[in-house]
Parts: sequence; structure tokens; C-alpha cells
Amino acid sequence: MSAVVAQLVRLATGVRAYRAEEATLPPGPKVYYANHRSHLDTLVIWAALPPEVRRRLRPVAAQDYWQRSAVHRAVARAMNCVLIPRDPKKSGLSPIGAMEAVLAAGDSLLIFPEGSRKAGEGAAFRSGLYHLCRARPELPCVPLYLQNVSRILPAGEFLPLPLIASLIAGAPMTLQVDESREAFLARARAHLYQLAP
Amino acid sequence: MTLDLSAALGSSLGVLLAVVLALLLLGTLIAYLLPHWLPHPGARDLLTNLRQRTNSWWLMIGVFSGTILLGPRAVIVLYALISFLALREYYSLTPTHRADHRALFWSFFVFLPTNYALIWVGWFDLFVIFIPVYAFVFLPIRQVLAGATDDFLARTGRLQWGLLVAVYFLSHIPWLLRLQFPAYQLDPHLHPAGLLFWMVLVTQANDVFQYVWGKLLGRHALAPTVSPKKTWEGFIGGSASATILGGLLGFATPFGHLGAAAMALILCLLGTAGGLVMSAIKRDLKVKDWGGSLPGHGGILDRVDSLLFSAPWFFHLAAFYFHGELVNTASEGFKAIFRFGW
Repeated sequence: MSAVVAQLVRLATGVRAYRAEEATLPPGPKVYYANHRSHLDTLVIWAALPPEVRRRLRPVAAQDYWQRSAVHRAVARAMNCVLIPRDPKKSGLSPIGAMEAVLAAGDSLLIFPEGSRKAGEGAAFRSGLYHLCRARPELPCVPLYLQNVSRILPAGEFLPLPLIASLIAGAPMTLQVDESREAFLARARAHLYQLAP
Repeated sequence: MTLDLSAALGSSLGVLLAVVLALLLLGTLIAYLLPHWLPHPGARDLLTNLRQRTNSWWLMIGVFSGTILLGPRAVIVLYALISFLALREYYSLTPTHRADHRALFWSFFVFLPTNYALIWVGWFDLFVIFIPVYAFVFLPIRQVLAGATDDFLARTGRLQWGLLVAVYFLSHIPWLLRLQFPAYQLDPHLHPAGLLFWMVLVTQANDVFQYVWGKLLGRHALAPTVSPKKTWEGFIGGSASATILGGLLGFATPFGHLGAAAMALILCLLGTAGGLVMSAIKRDLKVKDWGGSLPGHGGILDRVDSLLFSAPWFFHLAAFYFHGELVNTASEGFKAIFRFGW
């Protein structure tokens, strides 16, 4: 069923996934990180990735937003999202703990380190990626650059345009020993944006 | 206006289909045998490209021929789909502003469908002005309402050009099916579907022949700043071959053999020019192809770029010089509905 939906999304957005380099991805759980400009980002990534990757992919989503209604909950469930509380102090749950549990189970995560869709291209990465890599050394971080998805459905619009989107995957990177948070996040960000055509 | 299958196949359209099938089989044979005749490793990419191109041709010719045999309504739907995919490729690559979002929505979901709806009902007078007048006046107004003035003239120009080229120009082709020529009364083998097939055949043959002649003899670049691969040898050899082919196949047209050769020459010149213009736009956008849906060719727009410029001239020249009249057009009663009793 999800294969059919994925195919429909691929036909509608014309999205094609490219590999920027022929670097083979290591087996095991990874964290995929992407630029975030549209509501459709998660759906497009989910549809564009090959089925074997999609099966073990768990996009990280904000719990307060995606539990708003039955429709939201159904969509989050269909894409196999892991719901994370945006404000850990209120709920008492650790977001990193929840994400680590996913990796421990052998699945991969999809996160948007820029945070909100309106952050814009200049936004620095939030620190979740860094904390995740600190907790799990040698965790491969695979950048996914989305192009045109923000033109299909920009933030604040509800009418989509049938433009062609592309997903460009880069080579994995890992947190270096003794690398500071700022340096790592800046490096991860540069690694993602250098995929832009 | 339905197409009687057995009548169509017995007419000139059937002969054209046979000719195309023969050329396609010949081309496929060459594409698959060439690796054995030219075993050097440097030619591998070229040979893969050749095989992909040939496979894509089978798909395109199959879809096109099948649609023509299904009748004029199917042809209108097919061209609406081709326009949609071409427009999509065009707007995906040309830069658009966030503020143009709604105007683009109007292009895709109002102006394109209405343009083809007008062809469906046969309202030619309105079709001729719908995009160049109504849509072109509306779009900048919608863009201005969004409030962003940066790069305004270029943005509105880009929006309009896409609609003009991918929708308006291309959609002249289905109108050929409604064009009735005096020659059709005199020769029972002639059929409007034959003319349409001939036109597309000659335009695409021009592209293929220019490619082949270019590969065999090409030495002097035709337009080096625009298109690195086109050569004078390819252009002259290809155009001459396609003109001769068009003349020989003139029995499928109401033009006669000499008239068909003249019309074929015009198609070749305009087709090449259209290809160069779209290449210039691609150069400006720093892309190689408009898309990737047709392996070996690029995108849909890459394949139809020669048809875009030749279609409107061809339609009007054919009607004017060979006394074509539009038939099965929208009735006055139908048009009166839109006056709302005024």
C-alpha cells in the first residue's frame, strides 16, 4: 500500500533521487538530515527513497503538531514517524532518548536540523544532530538536499504546483573525536548545502 | 468526428505508419548492431545513448500512433498532457518568485485546461486570443496583486513565455484535424490525421537526420555559443533529407508533392530555429536538458522543441495557401451561452 502511495507521490511531483557521489552507504542505522522549507518535505523524501531504505526510515516529527487531529495522527502513522516532544521540560521525555531507541532497534532516522520551515537558508543547525552523534559514536549522517519542494508547496500556501522536485543524496559523514558542537554543525550544514546544483 | 480504423489504415495514414515502422526497425537494427561494427571503448557512451534514444522512440511513436488511431478527442487529450508535462519542465527550471505561486497555479490549472477545452469544443476565434490576450493580460495583474516588484518584468515575461510556447504554440497541432482542404474531396485516401502525422513525422525526421548527418560529417559548428553539437553539415544534410522525405510522402497531404516539399522545408527551418531558441534558454539557465523522462533525449520539452515553433506557422500557412477551412467548430448557439442572454 505504501509502495502505491509512494509511486503516486513520485508521479505527482516528478521527484527523482540522485546520488551525488557513488559512495556506498554503510549498513546499519543512519541519520538522514535534510533542508526544510515545505510541509511536503517528509512526504517527498519518503516517496523518493528506494523501498529498502523507506522500510526502515523513521522521520522525526513534532509531537504537539502531529497529534493535533485524527488526520494528522494517521499521516504520521502511515509514514512511520517517531513523534518527539518539542519541549522536553514540559513532557519529561528525552527527545534524544526516543531517537536513540529507534537507532538501537536498527532503523534510520530522518531529521530536519533547521527546525521550522520558515527558518530560511541562513539558519544555523539546531543541536539535536550533534547530541545524537555524541550518544552514538560512528553514527553515519547522510545529507539529503531537496530542491524545488519549497516551490511546490511553500510555507503558508495550500495550493500545490506540479513542479518537478529532486532529492540529492550526499556521502555520509561522522562526528570527529573532539569536534566541538559548533564546528560539527557548521560542517554538517556545509556538507548538505554543497549538494545544491 | 470519429476515425474509422479500417478506413484510416487503408488511407495514406496507414502508409505513413508503415513507413515509420520501417524506419524505426532500421534504426533499431543499426543501434543494436553498431557496437559490433565499432568495438572501441570510447564509443560506449554514444552507443548507450543511441540504444536509449531508440527505445524512447518506440515508446513515443507507439503512444502517438495509437492516440491518432483513437480519434481527434484522444489527440486533444494527448496534446493537453504533453503541454502539461512541457510546462511543468519549463517552470521547474526557470526561476520563479515565491510571490508568483498563485499566478503559476492559474497557468497550470486554469489557462492550460481552458485552452484545450476551447480546442475540444472547436471555438477557434476564442482559442486564437485566449492565451495571447486574456491570459497575458491577467497574469501580470495577478502577479502585481502579490505585491513583489523585484525583477517584475523578467518574472512576468518568463511566466508568459512558458504558457505561449508550451501551451499555445503546441496546441495548434490538434487543430489540423479540423482543417478541411478541397483536396480531401478529390482524393479519398487523404485524411486530416494523415496530415497531422506527416507534419510530426517530418519535424522529428529533421531532428533525427540532422543528428545522423552531424555525427557522420559534422565539422563546422552552426551556433557554437548556443548549441555545441549542431553543425552546418548536420543542418544542411538533415534539412535536405527531411525535405525530400516530406516531398516523397506528400501523397498523405493536400499539398501535392512539390507543395509538400516546400512545407517540409519550412518545417525543417522553423524546427531547427525552435530547437536553437530553446537551447539558448537552457544555456541561460545553465542546464543541459529540460528533464529526464525520455532516456537518451532528455525531457518532453527537449523532444517537442522543434514542433513548438513550426506548429503555428504550419497551421496558418497550410490553411491560407491551400485553402483550408475549419469544420466542426463551435456553433453560434454554443457561443451564445457565454453572452448570458446579452
